[in-house]
Amino acid sequence: MRDVTYLRPKDLQDAVQLSRTTPGCRPLAGGTDLMVMLHARTLRPAPRAILDVWSLSELKGVRRVDGMLEIGAAESYTGIIRSAEAQQHLPALVAAARTIGAAQIQNRGTLGGNLANASPAGDTLPVLLAYDAVVVTDRRSIAIDRFFTGYRHTALQSDELITAVRFPLDRQVVFRKVGTRAAQAISKVVIAVCRQPARVAIGSVAEVPLRASGAEAALASGDVAGAIAAVTADIRPIDDVRSTATYRQAVTQNVLRELLRQ
Amino acid sequence: MSCLRYRWRGRGAGLSAQPWKFLLLNMVTAVGRSVPRRDGASKVTGEARYTDDLVVAGAWYGKTIRSTIPRGTIRSITLDPAYDWGGSRVVLVTADDIPGDNVVDLIRDDQPVLARQGGEIRHKEEPILLLAAADRSTLEEAAEHIRIEYVPAEPVFDPAQASEVYTTIEIRKGDDVEAVEGVEVVVERSFTVGLQEQLYIEPQGAIASPTPDGGITVIGSLQCPYYVHRALKRALKLTDQQAVVVQAETGGGFGGKEEYPSMVAIHAALLARKAGRPVRLIYDRHEDLAATTKRHPGVITHRTGVKKDGTLLFQNIDILLDGGGYCTLTPVVLSRAAIHASGPYSCPNVRVRARAVATNTPPNGAFRGFGAPQSLFAAELMVEHVAERLGISSVDLRRKWMLRLGDTTATGQKLTESVSSDLVLDAALKAVPPVPPVSPSRPSVRRGRGLSLVFHGSGFTGSGEKKLSGTVAMEALADGTFQILTASTEIGQGTKTIFCQLAADALGVPMGRVTVAPQDTSLVPDSGPTVASRTAMIVGRLVQEAATEITERLKREKAPLRVEKSYIQPDSLHWDETTYRGDAYPIYAWACTIADVDVDVTTGAVRVTDLVTAVDCGKALHPVLAEGQVEGGCLQAVGWATIEEIKMKDGGYQNDRLATYLIPTALDAPNIRTILVENPYSRGPFGAKGIGELPMDGPAPAIIAAIHDATGVWLDEIPATPEKVIAALARKPA
Repeated sequence: MRDVTYLRPKDLQDAVQLSRTTPGCRPLAGGTDLMVMLHARTLRPAPRAILDVWSLSELKGVRRVDGMLEIGAAESYTGIIRSAEAQQHLPALVAAARTIGAAQIQNRGTLGGNLANASPAGDTLPVLLAYDAVVVTDRRSIAIDRFFTGYRHTALQSDELITAVRFPLDRQVVFRKVGTRAAQAISKVVIAVCRQPARVAIGSVAEVPLRASGAEAALASGDVAGAIAAVTADIRPIDDVRSTATYRQAVTQNVLRELLRQ
Repeated sequence: MSCLRYRWRGRGAGLSAQPWKFLLLNMVTAVGRSVPRRDGASKVTGEARYTDDLVVAGAWYGKTIRSTIPRGTIRSITLDPAYDWGGSRVVLVTADDIPGDNVVDLIRDDQPVLARQGGEIRHKEEPILLLAAADRSTLEEAAEHIRIEYVPAEPVFDPAQASEVYTTIEIRKGDDVEAVEGVEVVVERSFTVGLQEQLYIEPQGAIASPTPDGGITVIGSLQCPYYVHRALKRALKLTDQQAVVVQAETGGGFGGKEEYPSMVAIHAALLARKAGRPVRLIYDRHEDLAATTKRHPGVITHRTGVKKDGTLLFQNIDILLDGGGYCTLTPVVLSRAAIHASGPYSCPNVRVRARAVATNTPPNGAFRGFGAPQSLFAAELMVEHVAERLGISSVDLRRKWMLRLGDTTATGQKLTESVSSDLVLDAALKAVPPVPPVSPSRPSVRRGRGLSLVFHGSGFTGSGEKKLSGTVAMEALADGTFQILTASTEIGQGTKTIFCQLAADALGVPMGRVTVAPQDTSLVPDSGPTVASRTAMIVGRLVQEAATEITERLKREKAPLRVEKSYIQPDSLHWDETTYRGDAYPIYAWACTIADVDVDVTTGAVRVTDLVTAVDCGKALHPVLAEGQVEGGCLQAVGWATIEEIKMKDGGYQNDRLATYLIPTALDAPNIRTILVENPYSRGPFGAKGIGELPMDGPAPAIIAAIHDATGVWLDEIPATPEKVIAALARKPA
């Protein structure tokens, strides 16, 4: 058996210290991605240590900070769904959280995990892009539009821990996820749209969750038809096990049309 | 979910002479009532022990090392010399360790238990080596110290390009179809059906233990104890007594545990034999999805000749099924596909040419319906296309074409009783309200309705039951109780419950006095496999006959008594295997299904909102269980028709995890309304016919017809994924 050290820090400071001093260390929050990858042995490089941050109180909760809403990196989707503040200010994030996996997954899955895993199909990630969320780590703040650097690559340094995500208040974002079935489906197209300021953020259509710059430019000038026309050039979908590039092109446009009609 | 039952009063005067009617009049019966199921309490409370729940002292874990290429030969198998391969740590089994024949006994001796060094690899995930160790981490570690090198060969994935044919079938009725006179319209169309995974809730698994007599006992998750028994005897060179196969509580089968458990059992037994201790070989979901059999995909092409008034003159049908890397049950699947290919219709001139070929994918095998859902899908859509071409209602066309009492099927079988085409069609049509309009708040939704009419042969095809001669025993014990001894398995469908109902009524005793012996080959006779919608009808009838005989003998003799009953083919049934003429099945069950769908033109998503299905099962021995069979089969068919898709890559399944192989969730499931129509069969127990597979046949064509009704586009291929719907809508002329 491969040796993997399990580390359970007593507080955030301890976690930061362990993360910086333990080689090959991988943080564990809800484990909904990590445990699957460990079991299937698809994690490369294989981690030498697991840093379990799930129980750290500093990473939990939904609260107001500096005129923004801050959600702890290890707060569960269920916690977000139940938060009155999130329901009031971030309805699109709550809607996205409700579409993730089953209830058991929502009880364990976290925003920090969704960000660190950086799957192009991550259901919350376009919502974060549409809100211009800020990723707070143990050492800095990272604007969400600079966070995803490539396929499952992020701006995080190897020992950097996400501690929270901050959202502006009173931004109107709408969300739609297209999966193969009514529940427990991984998205084939996932879109979050904000009219003011103009944000069109899309997942599952490129190697990263992206902002559709052409569509946004058209939308910013009030050209809804232009935004719908432009979006196909903004995305780079592929054929994969879940869908086809052709489908993703057509449905991205169809869904954007519906969202902008609202 | 609601359920209605109609009791059809049979027209045949002979019915009143049936013993079951006498019984019905004279006592409070168990049959026909939804009594508590025998296995219900233990399953609900978690007391039931499935294979992986069984604790076996000293047992090691087993693992299967499989091919990573779709076609080629093994150049070498190298064990890392630096690794400790000591038998006290890890046991390795190769083809050289097989004492008997290196073959999984079934129809054709082509599938090896383990590929030989230098031997041929015909598909990905083909078993090559077996490992056992005391814990799973040692197994994983040992597996990493084995290197297998191959000489790859060019694989064949396209069935149309395949050169190796497993089997062909030709059915001819009437005149040469292309020379029929008076044909005014010919409609031709091809239909494609995809792979489907059974997705029983419990993956494959077996635990093998060596016995002091040099034999092996295998306990596992399986449908057919005697299939496993035969395969085990042959591969391990065991006597009837040395090989013992016991069914553990089994979490579903759907055909997926008809042939593959023989492979799992032999593997576990080989490891146990070499390790000299029990070995557990339990698949996880990923291995189960990646390696075990699927429903045969295929292409079915129809040419149908009619007069302008709809009169059916000929059906010319070609069937191509992909058997995958080994033969398994493919010839029998093809047979059922061919016999059902012309649909429940009376056509004077029929030609069916069916072919099953070898490709380099994992083997396809048994799955509920067994070829009939594939060919009936095409037959039913063909009715729609002909009706559309002629500009007449497809329901009216069905009424014109459908088989009625006295008509002959494509194999020339004259239908002499229990023909229910009219009954199920009328019952289903009567039960559906008009299609409700779509709410204006959902502008992207198009709503439609489609209908299908199907029949399904109950029991084995042709002479199958005669050759098999399934046997049931019953014992009257001194304490006044009775025991049923049968190899028919409970796999969730209710075997144990209905057998006790049948026996209790035939014996005239309360159900509490009837028990079922364990499905253990050292205890029970070979009743045949639990497949082909034959358990209630064929084996249930034997249970009833055994109980009737015991009742008679108890009038003169004292318990303990034992009675055995074996299937005897009625003289009236004739089947010619070489010409495919005659009575293909003893009787047919019938169903009419009406599907309502919502198609979202924004996303292409098809939501089946309602299914109404009228089903003639002869007699609902247990209405709740019968309804359960119908609902489960319909939902499985909804998945097959809409979202259950397997994409291939290099001869392997890309959808080999539950994250990618998607079946309908509770939110995707339609409201299913079952109407049980009871048109009795004179030789079925209390009139019952098989119902296990029938519900798999009807929904798919009804759903595709409903999508057309909603959107105006015809799909010729299932599953009707959102991708295919969006593509079809894009092709549709504005």
